[in-house]
Amino acid sequence: MTAAPTARPEAAVRVCALTDLVPERGSVALVGGAQVAIVRTHDGRVYALDNRDPYSGAQIIARGLVGTRGDVPTVISPMYKQVWDLRTGECLDGAGSDPMALRTWPVRVVEGAVLVGGAAIATDRG
Amino acid sequence: MIVMPEHTAPTAQQRLVIIGGGMVARRLIDALRARDGEGRWAVTLLAEEPRAPYDRVALTSYFTGREPEDLALGGQELWDDPLVTLRRGVRAEAIDRTARTVTTSTGQVVNYDALVLATGSYAAVPPVPGKDLRGAFVYRTIDDVADLRAFVEQRRGEVDRPVRGAVVGGGLLGLEAAGALRALEVDTTVVEFAPRLMPLQVDDGGGEALKRLIEGLGVSVRTSTATSKIVGERGTVSRMRFSEGPALDVDVVIFAVGVRPRDELARDAGLEVGERGGVVVDDACATADPSIWAIGEVACIGGRCLGLVAPGYTMAEIVADRLLGGSGTFPGADLSTKLKLLGVDVASFGDAFAQEPGSLEVVISDPVAGVYKKLVMSDDARTLRGGILVGDASAYSSLRPMVGRELGGDPAAHLLPEGLAPAPAGDLPDDAAVCSCNNVTAGEIRCAVGEGGCTDLAGVKACTKAGTSCGSCLPLVKKLVTSELEAAGVEVSRALCEHFTMSRAELFDVVRVQGLATFSEIIARHGRGRGCDICRPVIGSILASLGTGHILDGERATIQDTNDFVMANLQKDGSYSVVPRIPGGEVTPEGLIAIGEVARDFGLYTKITGGQRVDLFGARIDQLPQIWQRLVDAGFESGHAYGKSLRTVKSCVGSTWCRFGVQDSVGLAIDLELRYRGLRSPHKIKLGVSGCARECAEARGKDVGIIATDNGWNLYVGGNGGFTPRHAQLFAEDLDTDELVRTIDRFLMYYVRTADRLQRTAPWIEEHEGGLDAIRAVVLDDALGIAEDLDAAMAAHVDGYRDEWAATLADPDKLARFALFVNAPDAVDDSLAYVGERGQARPATAQERATGSVLIAGTTLEVRA
Ligand code: SRM
Ligand SMILES: Cc1cc2nc3c(=O)[nH]c(=O)nc-3n(C[C@H](O)[C@H](O)[C@H](O)COP(=O)(O)OP(=O)(O)OC[C@H]3O[C@@H](n4cnc5c(N)ncnc54)[C@H](O)[C@@H]3O)c2cc1C
Ligand code: SF4
Ligand code: FES
Repeated sequence: MTAAPTARPEAAVRVCALTDLVPERGSVALVGGAQVAIVRTHDGRVYALDNRDPYSGAQIIARGLVGTRGDVPTVISPMYKQVWDLRTGECLDGAGSDPMALRTWPVRVVEGAVLVGGAAIATDRG
Repeated sequence: MIVMPEHTAPTAQQRLVIIGGGMVARRLIDALRARDGEGRWAVTLLAEEPRAPYDRVALTSYFTGREPEDLALGGQELWDDPLVTLRRGVRAEAIDRTARTVTTSTGQVVNYDALVLATGSYAAVPPVPGKDLRGAFVYRTIDDVADLRAFVEQRRGEVDRPVRGAVVGGGLLGLEAAGALRALEVDTTVVEFAPRLMPLQVDDGGGEALKRLIEGLGVSVRTSTATSKIVGERGTVSRMRFSEGPALDVDVVIFAVGVRPRDELARDAGLEVGERGGVVVDDACATADPSIWAIGEVACIGGRCLGLVAPGYTMAEIVADRLLGGSGTFPGADLSTKLKLLGVDVASFGDAFAQEPGSLEVVISDPVAGVYKKLVMSDDARTLRGGILVGDASAYSSLRPMVGRELGGDPAAHLLPEGLAPAPAGDLPDDAAVCSCNNVTAGEIRCAVGEGGCTDLAGVKACTKAGTSCGSCLPLVKKLVTSELEAAGVEVSRALCEHFTMSRAELFDVVRVQGLATFSEIIARHGRGRGCDICRPVIGSILASLGTGHILDGERATIQDTNDFVMANLQKDGSYSVVPRIPGGEVTPEGLIAIGEVARDFGLYTKITGGQRVDLFGARIDQLPQIWQRLVDAGFESGHAYGKSLRTVKSCVGSTWCRFGVQDSVGLAIDLELRYRGLRSPHKIKLGVSGCARECAEARGKDVGIIATDNGWNLYVGGNGGFTPRHAQLFAEDLDTDELVRTIDRFLMYYVRTADRLQRTAPWIEEHEGGLDAIRAVVLDDALGIAEDLDAAMAAHVDGYRDEWAATLADPDKLARFALFVNAPDAVDDSLAYVGERGQARPATAQERATGSVLIAGTTLEVRA
């Protein structure tokens, strides 16, 4: 079982082309044995977070609806509807339970390729 | 004195016996059990009728499809309370005040420490010859209305013309009975002795308006007419003769000339009775015998008996209070009434006849529209004293609590149609009675919202009981709740979510009228931000209802929540379940075998659902296309178990096999399921078709229920199971199949267009302005002139239907979205783990995962037949 993600790879991993990502619909990448949810928003930015929903334990975050709360880009659990800030993984709405954050992954787009992991280079998000 | 009880629970100290199991008795027991926490009283209720107290006020709804059980008051729990003993079908025959006992019709002698008489009234029958013929009825109990209905139905079979009936008495009760006869399709005449209808509530002008309205509905009215004789033929009613005017041929007669208090027990026991009957009590509801009380219609309080339930409830509360040592007194009764008689609104309140000296009357009379409204004002035209509303009583709920107060502005303005009239609710004083049935003031409602923490109308109803009896105060209660919530800063706007200020119905109209087809366009023009889990699926559903293409086309794929996006149902472990459509629950052996093979080959847990079909659980997202390819090849299509859309049309086997069936219910269920399959809606829609009145398909538990009759189909709407179960109500009777389908088409389309998000049909009907009657007017009489439009929309849906799964399998772009990992097409999701149980796979528990010992391969095994 790989419920617990293995150590993050040292270097960033190319997971797909930017054009493989459907805007506002998540995808899942396998990075060092861990499932990572990759989300491309309407404005072309790309975010990466744990795919595992801490509330249900299921690997489903990438299947959640993408939207906004105020100015914050969000992803919403398809299971019990908690809401997370895509940028920070902060839980904005625990839907009745205590908020539990999602771990974010460093992600950047280089020459049309989506790279996950390695050192966070926050400036180059797409 | 403390008497040790013999038959009662050991904690009880004293025995309360109540005679008469009516509405008021029920309220007394409710109130006592709510307040007597220590269990000081053990209660025995002697009820002559064969059932627990029921809602007599709603008796007439028996004719619009409600069952006797639907008339139950409150929950069953009360009767399970060990301190409460209900003796149904037991009449009290005598009271021995010295021994403090009651003798019953079953010969028992029951001891009491306190005795409450709550025997109500009986329906008076005038002493006309022929009053005892078969076919002559009164209108008071469930048994009365059940007998009436059975008789009319039997007569209908015997005569080859419409059944003819007459109601003697043109007061409240008489008009209500006339409505019942009309619901039974009886040609009806109302015979009233006084010169106008409802002589006790309305004046001549109101009576005249009422008469015109009622005649317009096809009910004949004879005023100033005394019935002199009922003539029988072979023991059954056949005609009526009057002191004046021509005789009338009739098959059935209902006497509704008034009620008489059932005070015979009290008379025999030597208690004082009033001049016109009724057990005389003081303002504490006590008789001269310190252990005997009288409440409800049988009590003669302040010199008269009161024939409404509200003052009875007040008396019940007083006696509960007194029995526990309190000192409550009767504050006087509000005899205001609002009724919907034969679909005509009538209300009268306060000093309706301007009996107080120096009153001014403001009258608006519109004979063409059939409206008569009068306000009685103080001589300075400022303070409201009373009023009469006929034809349009929408102002009733806001005016009645203002009686005795300054109305503000021009009184006539308050008589304008709703919407134009000023709404006084905001400044209603705290002590103004809002719900007269349950004695709830504006202050109590505000308090329920404020300190009580109620956040919606339903909560306030449950906590204060306001609006739970006749319902006429509901509009005002709702207004108060809304303004109170707003004052507390709670958002009660109809806005869908933070992204759209419109309600779902408004959004639907905008999208429809402007022909918008994408989420981005809609949110750019009418919303803000990029949406959320509320507005995205709502717009997905609206676009789908409008038939603008496949739910996964283009950008639309991003607004479907996961179930619609993968066209399967998400399960707790992240796997999905698959439900192929099985229309009407009919399936061939080959079909079942094909489903079985798919389930076996993919290792799916298999279960029969509550909707007469088969659910296959535990499919991985990436397996869904393979599973569906097999199912589509075997002739199946999407069952939309995931959609806010038509789910199933449940059927019973019907006339093809069943020895009682009168129509082909399976055939109709299949036709309907194929017609409405894929119709996206505000919430799920379920239908049921039963082949006869035995109702094996539980059609009345569905949003749309159809029950076969000898002449066609009866249509019921607004049923559901779930947390708040509702029985569907009768919508139309004896429709032929074409009429039935057209009616359902319009009903469903109207619902699809106007309901709120996640609102099933029952709450939609309840919240729709004017309720079921108004919806009936739209659907059956085209009151809004939109019937053609609704028909066209449904025709477009039927023509445009394509199986979502077949279309997806034929489109590589759509299929690509089922891939599990963007960067590892062949990797398997090893987060899923299963355990064997009763021969099938189920998700492993966290503990089982931790030990890892009992896992089986389950659905993660790629198996092929
Ligand atoms: C599978 C099934 C249970 C079963 O094993 O039998 C089921 C399963 C679920 N029902 Fe149901 N209901 C199922 C029949 C029913 C029935 C019985 C019926 O249809 O005759 C009812 C009561 C009738 C009714 O709907 O009025 C029913 C009343 C509900 C409700 C309450 C609805 C309400 O108006 O209060 C919910 C909650 C909701 O929708 O908000 C619900 C919600 C659900 C959900 C969607 C809960 C969820 O979000 O996961 C369940 C998942 C569906 C799935 O397939 O994964 N289910 N559910 C049944 C599928 C029927 C089918 O063939 O499509
Ligand atoms: C069709 C109809 C419509 C109505 N509409 C309205 C309305 O809109 N608004 C309104 O306020 N009121 C309305 N009323 C009146 C309302 O129903 C009564 O005011 C109310 O039911 C009185 O309650 P109660 O408990 O005093 O008497 P009841 O409800 O009459 O109950 C008395 C019970 O005692 C039983 N009983 C009598 N004697 C004995 C005995 N010796 N032993 C055992 N049991 C006995 C009777 O069988 C009966 O079940 C309506 C009444 C009818 C019939
Ligand atoms: S009753 Fe509850 S547990 Fe059972 S299927 Fe329906 S929603 Fe699921
Ligand atoms: S006034 Fe009848 S329920 Fe409120």
